[in-house]
Amino acid sequence: MMALWQEALVSFFLVVAGIFGLVGSYGLIKLPTPMTRLHAPTKATTLGIGGALIASMLANLFTTGVVSFHELMITLFLFLTAPITAHFIAKVHLHLNEPRDSLPPTGTETPWAGAPAQPEDPAD
Amino acid sequence: MIKKLFPHPVLTLLLVIVWQMLVNKITLGNIVLGLGLGIAVPILTGAYWPDRPRLKNPLMIVEYILVVLWDICVANVRVAWIILFRRNADLHTTWITVPLDLQTPEAITALAGTITMTPGTVSSDLSADGRVLLVHCLDAGHPDDVRDEIKSRYERRLKEIFE
Repeated sequence: MMALWQEALVSFFLVVAGIFGLVGSYGLIKLPTPMTRLHAPTKATTLGIGGALIASMLANLFTTGVVSFHELMITLFLFLTAPITAHFIAKVHLHLNEPRDSLPPTGTETPWAGAPAQPEDPAD
Repeated sequence: MIKKLFPHPVLTLLLVIVWQMLVNKITLGNIVLGLGLGIAVPILTGAYWPDRPRLKNPLMIVEYILVVLWDICVANVRVAWIILFRRNADLHTTWITVPLDLQTPEAITALAGTITMTPGTVSSDLSADGRVLLVHCLDAGHPDDVRDEIKSRYERRLKEIFE
């Protein structure tokens, strides 16, 4: 049995998780462009999932008295994979939708890796 | 002999710990199994990282993780605030470029991942020579401030860890 304060603590993290998950999903609809939409799921949901995992760890600790490590592993794998997914989506967007000249110059001799210099148009 | 058995002692230790966490129960059998994996995996994969970087300052990793975790919490609140209460027309979304002092690919990967996980920024591209990072900002009042914060908060620490 969990004491009242323990239940309150677990509930608090669950509510925080729910709020951030909801806001992240709402951001997907509300924000105007593909690149800004990318910000909503990568940020607002990390705390959403994090809160649920903390709640799960606490509940497990309070009921069985054993610390569960699975939640930490989920966090670790999430932190390894989330930036890569976001990077893929950003790259695809750069390739397909973003005009080359809308990006700032690199400031070095070379172009952006995902946006190689356009080949000369043979008609010119 | 020791060098041959443990070509990558940190990875061996990491694999043993991760294995214990995955099975979620520390018993002698699990430690032996984890140790088996910890010895086999570095030997089998050693050929694929000929120039892996040496960690110069491992303690800095702890500080780095704490700073990043704190920033992620702040970022969540800020991004949630922007989503809920700012009109789309008021957003100052921009691209910013971050010139890199880091040289090692592993350090740049860590920096790019960190940028994606923190306040309203997503790293999107790298210049072809690997010297400049392209970052998309959800709401940047002063793009230069964002760039300086990335350089002073994350890049400086990563430089101490890797280089």
